[in-house]
Amino acid sequence: MADSFKFELVSPEKLLLSEDANSVVVPGNEGEFTVMSNHAPFMTTLKPGMVTAKLSGGEEKKLFVRGGFADVNENGLTLLAEHAEPADNMTASQLDEHIEAARKRMDDAEHDDTRFKAEEYLSQLLHAKTQLPA
Amino acid sequence: MASLKDLRNRISSVKSTKKITKAMQMVAASKLRRAEEAAQNARPYAERMHSVLSNLAGINQNEAPKLMTGTGKDDVHLLVVFTADRGLCGGFNASIVKKARAKQRELEANGKSVKFYAVGKKGYDLMRRDLSDKIVDSISFRESSRVGFDEAAQVGDKVIDMFEAGEFDVCHLFYAEFENVMTQVPTGQQVIPASVEEDEDGENEKKGSDAGTTYEYEPDPAGILDDLIPRNIKIQILRALLENAASEQGARMTAMDSATRNAGDMIEKLEISYNRQRQAQITTELTEIISGAEAL
Repeated sequence: MADSFKFELVSPEKLLLSEDANSVVVPGNEGEFTVMSNHAPFMTTLKPGMVTAKLSGGEEKKLFVRGGFADVNENGLTLLAEHAEPADNMTASQLDEHIEAARKRMDDAEHDDTRFKAEEYLSQLLHAKTQLPA
Repeated sequence: MASLKDLRNRISSVKSTKKITKAMQMVAASKLRRAEEAAQNARPYAERMHSVLSNLAGINQNEAPKLMTGTGKDDVHLLVVFTADRGLCGGFNASIVKKARAKQRELEANGKSVKFYAVGKKGYDLMRRDLSDKIVDSISFRESSRVGFDEAAQVGDKVIDMFEAGEFDVCHLFYAEFENVMTQVPTGQQVIPASVEEDEDGENEKKGSDAGTTYEYEPDPAGILDDLIPRNIKIQILRALLENAASEQGARMTAMDSATRNAGDMIEKLEISYNRQRQAQITTELTEIISGAEAL
């Protein structure tokens, strides 16, 4: 049995999850990564995607997050997500609205810089959509 | 002297007013509970955000984005004034605006220029009379039944856009901090430039510096700060919105409670004078009958 660590998922509206976990897969902005206990202190921004937590009880929890960042320190892993929801309640079509908005932002962007950012975000959203049930 | 019929009408209208204020008080009470819950639920996020920020505070200040360090000037101040969209909540809106106006006078006395951004309809109504040239924008969330992160993000994006366009140097938020049902404290808080050290409780801070661990950053500290500072501003705005929502309901509850009580007092007084008059009328009628009978 692997060591467990404290995993917390907070959204601005509430504390969604605060439990001991064995491993958590997090969609980092520069690629997915897995956090296990005694992970080196680490901080990154998140891209939209699925967080999969293996809790120490053996249960597996899937949550969909959009925007935010992850903070790994000696106390455990804290995810600060702008939006987070249990994946069971989510369907791919719920993302369509955000995809539309992101597409519009990309089209309206005046600078290449912002357009590039919007495009990146859009592709992340599109990728995230494939992970969800239709 | 009002006639009996007038008094009766008066009593019935005060009674229906009392019913309305009573209902409003109860609605406010239940909304207050929800608003308080929402404000409490938002707290963990703000706390974590704070500890993350204090972890980051140690990094190279030169790399920090302008939103954190400021423009280096403090000539133009933006005051974001959060008020309710509805009235009938006692001095709630007025006291927030008053607080902001006091700050404005203080700043202007020091030769700074001041701009206003009104969040909430009532504050806008109160200020536009004599400050219309200073109000840059106003927004109201009347349609959304409960404020959440999306609303805060709207305000935040607007503020950040304005900052990036160089329209102001320092940004303050004005809202009512919810203490309890009876007390709401109008508060001013500076968000841009954000200074982590200034933030209230020192406890988190110590934890951050004690840890002294070297973090790895992805993409890099500056990149994270770029992402984090705007987010922090939105969180502060969300906090202001939520605190305000709770305070508004609290203030309305108290205001409506005293209105209900006043209506009760008034009904009592009116009923006394109504009964007196009725009695006087009966007495007059009796005297008339008796004296009529005696005359026969």
